[in-house]
Amino acid sequence: MENELKVNPSGVSGGTGGAREYTVLTQADYENGVKEGKLFGLRCTACKKITCPPMPVCQWCGSRNLERTELGGEGELITFTEIRVPPEGFEDDVPYIPCLVRTKEGPCVVGRLDYDAERATQELLGKQVKLNGSYTKGDKFSGGPRTCPVFGVIE
Amino acid sequence: MRDVAIIGIGHTKFGRASKTLIELFSEAALQAIDDAGVDLKKIEALFQGAALPDFEEGQVMPAVFSAADLNLGPIPATRCEGACASASVAIRDAAMWVGAGEYDIVLAGGVEKASTMGVNFATRTFAMACHAPTEGPVGLTFPGVFAMAARVYSRNYDIPLDNLRAEMASVSVKNHRHGALNPLAQFYKKYGDLTVEDVINSRLVADPLTLLDCCPFSDGASALVLCSAEEARKYTDEPIYIVGTGQGSGTPLAKMEDLTKPVSRINSARAAFKHANLSPEDIDIVEVHDCFTIAELIALECMGFFKWGEAADATVEGQTELGGKIPVNMSGGLIGKGHPIGATGASQVYWIVKQMRGEAPKGNQIDPIPEYGMTDTLGGDFGTLCHLILGRSKRRK
Repeated sequence: MENELKVNPSGVSGGTGGAREYTVLTQADYENGVKEGKLFGLRCTACKKITCPPMPVCQWCGSRNLERTELGGEGELITFTEIRVPPEGFEDDVPYIPCLVRTKEGPCVVGRLDYDAERATQELLGKQVKLNGSYTKGDKFSGGPRTCPVFGVIE
Repeated sequence: MRDVAIIGIGHTKFGRASKTLIELFSEAALQAIDDAGVDLKKIEALFQGAALPDFEEGQVMPAVFSAADLNLGPIPATRCEGACASASVAIRDAAMWVGAGEYDIVLAGGVEKASTMGVNFATRTFAMACHAPTEGPVGLTFPGVFAMAARVYSRNYDIPLDNLRAEMASVSVKNHRHGALNPLAQFYKKYGDLTVEDVINSRLVADPLTLLDCCPFSDGASALVLCSAEEARKYTDEPIYIVGTGQGSGTPLAKMEDLTKPVSRINSARAAFKHANLSPEDIDIVEVHDCFTIAELIALECMGFFKWGEAADATVEGQTELGGKIPVNMSGGLIGKGHPIGATGASQVYWIVKQMRGEAPKGNQIDPIPEYGMTDTLGGDFGTLCHLILGRSKRRK
């Protein structure tokens, strides 16, 4: 995995042309991590807090002094819903459960919850969850396939 | 900054339209221009909200072709895009340009023709106002985001979800009651006697929100003529002044601290109050962005009309009804009147102006005539927020 953690110019073919690069962890790096069961983020050397999903500056203090890190993938279920009327392209997924998870390291992540939709009730809020997979989807508007994390409830 | 007044207003029937979106906007614009009694040649610029014309009719640059359709000549015509808050952003920018002294008379408003897309494609394109990289693959929808917010509201304030569903339903009952009285509303003469049980028992869209917790997809346009305050009385005896404006921007959902307390909305509302030198106690009527029932409750708390967690009970008690502490969405709101997203902010202003002229439909008009009114418009999942405060007298300095 050493290879993945190297700084990688943000996908511009032919490099950056000498332009300064600010992106330490690209969206593609983040999504590739999720596909392999890893939740990558950034540690701020100024305020010590964690940014995830990635941004070019710290999501808490705005500092640019960021270094790559890996989160544990565990957290608390903040909220969820069960989609019955989907966007075009998601018809076959219905019903599915988008969720918001606050990771143990601090930042929140949006993903899907791997849970029986019929049994998903308000009592799930506050439960501990863990990254247990990924979901990839794309259409002609999305600029190619995109990947989000999938979380499972720790029973 | 100079004071800015609204001297003319226009509003098409909301619902399903056979006209093109450019025709729809021209209808509303000409109503506003005739209402103001200004010559088309006096219009110096156009600011038009339009969220998804590219997907609805394959039309980019609708503002330019609207200016052309109205034969306004080669004036600057700008499309403003802030998803469902597009028209409010357009009106705010228009007011800034007039206030700054660059123009004396401008046209502002918005248009949308969402019905051409059908439910699933419309749901897809509306969801483009979510953060595409992280929320796109999840398949998040706007009802989905607000359903997530409703669950947080239930937990934050220890209101059992079933109780909250009934309280949310009372928002839909109220707004449909007034929408049914509004001849320009999508649901005119429909759902006026809706019950809480009807709302709870309608089809689930995103648990716990049902179809009747949601506003519809709509076509429509609304437009305003804005004018510098010193010129306004040349055209009307009853100019309505834009006394305060605010705008705020949000973040991807994952970066929000609390879905029920969006900082973008709190800051935007506070900026508008500060600009107007007013506080929530001074406001007599509001049109808020009730895209979903829970959204009205969140809006009222963020704007400072109720304490955190108290808007749900207040709604059930009738505090947001005609004669209550603060009448909310007497036009029917987005739920009862319809939500042509790019037009909604202008429609909200239109109905506040109608209230201030004493011309709102019977059963929706508040008494006495409001001195100050306010609009709240939301784009995306708390991405764009805009607030406008209107007054029958000029801004307090």
